[in-house]
Amino acid sequence: MQELFNIFVKSIFIDNMVFAYFLGMCSYLAVSKTVNTSFGLGLAVIFVLGITVPVDYLLNKYVLEAGALSWLGESFAEVDLSFLSFIMFIAIIASMVQLVEMIVEKFAPTLYNSLGIFLPLIAVNCAILGGSLFMQEREYETIAEATSFGLGSGVGFFLAIIGIAAIREKIKYSNVPAPLRGLGITFIITGLMGIAFMSFMGIKL
Amino acid sequence: MSEEVKQREPLFSPKNKKLIFNPLSRENPITVQVLGICSALAVTAKLEPAFVMSLSVLVVLAAANVIISLLRNTIPTRIRIIVQLVIIASLVILVDQVLKAFAYDVSKQLSVFVGLIITNCIIMGRLEAFAMGNKPWPAFLDGIGNALGYGWILLVVAFFRELLGSGTIWNYPVMENLGLYDFGYKNNGFMILPPMALIVVGIIIWIQRSRDKELVEEK
Repeated sequence: MQELFNIFVKSIFIDNMVFAYFLGMCSYLAVSKTVNTSFGLGLAVIFVLGITVPVDYLLNKYVLEAGALSWLGESFAEVDLSFLSFIMFIAIIASMVQLVEMIVEKFAPTLYNSLGIFLPLIAVNCAILGGSLFMQEREYETIAEATSFGLGSGVGFFLAIIGIAAIREKIKYSNVPAPLRGLGITFIITGLMGIAFMSFMGIKL
Repeated sequence: MSEEVKQREPLFSPKNKKLIFNPLSRENPITVQVLGICSALAVTAKLEPAFVMSLSVLVVLAAANVIISLLRNTIPTRIRIIVQLVIIASLVILVDQVLKAFAYDVSKQLSVFVGLIITNCIIMGRLEAFAMGNKPWPAFLDGIGNALGYGWILLVVAFFRELLGSGTIWNYPVMENLGLYDFGYKNNGFMILPPMALIVVGIIIWIQRSRDKELVEEK
């Protein structure tokens, strides 16, 4: 249990998707103009990561890994399909996002309207595919660990995007040099936030 | 670059030339269109991985643009995203396998970021915005142009981060050979840390926009 909690906290703060690995930067920069929309996107990302990482974990463990197919019989024990993982992961992610979109449209129309175009775009959000690829690379032992990693990464993204949106709402009132306005200053603020987040692991120079 | 263009002039009408050169500055994918930031920042601690990454993106983007452009009249619009993803993913698998076979060290350094070319927004963005509505040759040029625009930003960022952070250029110890360490010069370890990539890109955007006033955003 403690191990799961460790993974959860680690993936929120230390291995934060945005600040440590720059994943999901595109939507992070494009959607973070107001807190409301970023709140919706953040929730959607937590939700999708919490579903796709465990599903991809099962896929990896029982189909793709070297020797994963041994449950089919002796002759399959040698098969290694891991080169197919990109295409399988992205297929799972795209179909899961489609599913989530339909569910949200049916049961939470207001959330659906406020998310608008962003929900389908989550399919091509690097944070989602990144979550599955990191899960594969770090070789988590159980599906519970993979799930807590997925949820933790989602929460990390959520915190990051809410933070930057709040700062951008305030910075409208500041006198930023004209060429830096908008994109430039957002980059620099994100860099500073990243440095702040590094203090969670103690900066190693 | 410019020599090649001169030799094959007939294929490069002024309009086609624009496709290659505009993304280098005015329509740069990273600093203006804000596409493909994710991978751009993570691989720029050293020049070598940055170069390999740009090359991989160049291959995938040009090939995907041509393939989608050839198929553009046969793909049903409703399922186009998944078709595009399948094509991109197959190309990325090819690139990944080639890297693993011929440049294993770099491939290890890039870790998941080769796979993340699939979700690199530049590729999806250019497929949607250009290849779906244009002939293969312009689509090919557009792919090359955008990948070059992406690549040069990557290389500039990597150059400064490697030079100031590790004191080397392409693993060649510049600072040591200049003898700067004898005068008490120290590498700035901060430059290797991920957040500095963001700040360097922020500065590039700043320089670009103060030279080209039209890019400045409305308040």
